[in-house]
Amino acid sequence: MTTTEQDIDKKLIPILEGVSDPEIPVLSIMDMGVVRSAVIKDNTVKVQITPTYSGCPAMDVIGDDIKAALKEAEYNSEIELILHPAWTTDWITPRGRKALEEYGIAAPLDAEADKDVLLNGKRIVKCTNCGSQNTRLVSQFGSTACKAQFQCEDCQEPFDYFKCLK
Amino acid sequence: MSIDRDEIEISLKARCEAIRKVSIEVNMKNENLYNYILGIADNSLILGQRMGELCGHGPTLETDIACTNISLDLFGQVRSYFQYASKIAGDGRTEDDIAMLRKEREYINVLLVEQPNTDFAYTMARQFLFDVYHLAFLVELQKSADLTLSAIASKSIKEVSYHERFSSDWVKRLGDGTEESNTKMQEAIDALWTYTDELFHQTEADKAMVAEGIGVDVTKLKDSYYRHVSELLEEATLQVPESKYFQKGGKEGIHTEHLGYMLAELQYMQRTYPNMEW
Repeated sequence: MTTTEQDIDKKLIPILEGVSDPEIPVLSIMDMGVVRSAVIKDNTVKVQITPTYSGCPAMDVIGDDIKAALKEAEYNSEIELILHPAWTTDWITPRGRKALEEYGIAAPLDAEADKDVLLNGKRIVKCTNCGSQNTRLVSQFGSTACKAQFQCEDCQEPFDYFKCLK
Repeated sequence: MSIDRDEIEISLKARCEAIRKVSIEVNMKNENLYNYILGIADNSLILGQRMGELCGHGPTLETDIACTNISLDLFGQVRSYFQYASKIAGDGRTEDDIAMLRKEREYINVLLVEQPNTDFAYTMARQFLFDVYHLAFLVELQKSADLTLSAIASKSIKEVSYHERFSSDWVKRLGDGTEESNTKMQEAIDALWTYTDELFHQTEADKAMVAEGIGVDVTKLKDSYYRHVSELLEEATLQVPESKYFQKGGKEGIHTEHLGYMLAELQYMQRTYPNMEW
């Protein structure tokens, strides 16, 4: 359910794809879906980003990293933090989901399945280590606000699950 | 055509008067909006600080992380509110000044959120009693005519749903747990109950903002709040307190003794090293 189209200048895409989420370095901010628009006007790039969670401490760093990357490409930039429409996990691209899994973070399920997992203890989140679905919710809050803690009952590996946010 | 100096003067005076009136109205509206934002934000700021106190002190590592995550969410929301308040104030006060440099009487959070982390039952009972209100409040604030407030509400609601789920689970788990956990949770609910009614009191800013279609009419949330809370307490095999004696004052800046100590800690850095940034 993408509520708005992203308005991103094609020339800027490779630059922005080079900026990664400081807390999940394998994931570019483009794959994360936090860049909502980036347009060039008189050699200044106006970038709008939206936080995954209100208190996400990564946002300031992401803003600085975007500025630095654009500066390297000889653009001035202005970063604006927008709250509306609110970020949803649906904005993570398929490539981003794959990167998350490979990094050891289970990608978000759809809203219904997510509820089953977090509320009813249903075992459907796949272990990122061995692929087993015999996994247990340890805590609804993980290493960052956007994740929950899981443990695989087969290989015993603890891992994070990216909570569905709609 | 002759020019009548008196007439010009009268018409100038009338215009000045009209401008003055409009500017007073704008100021009044801004002042109400400013106070309204502070009323919402202070609850989250103070509760966020309380939850943050558990950093490194939670009963288990997982709950410690959960409590500090909740704290972080609340602080994130607070930043959005205070950044907006700073814009409305328009007098150079920054989000940090508003958050950190007011005196105790200038904080207008409800008494509930400043109550101490007596034990884990108190911490979760306080969180639960606030979360149920907070969630219902944000659902309504989403409909606000003020687009910034409605955007913050839409964002926050996703986070607060997780808080409410977490604290409700703990009230149930401790209430419907062992004899000891049940006793402790009952004690916490009984002690904090007296602070719940204040959530539904309206301040002058509240009334003005409700009239503008910006604010939430909290009086309308009261019945469903007590219904929901009572149902959950029953599910947790706890008694719903019957006391009709309620404390109030936080919304007018009259606080319990706990707030002062807490502010001393909260404001320490800002007061010791002025102009620090978050």
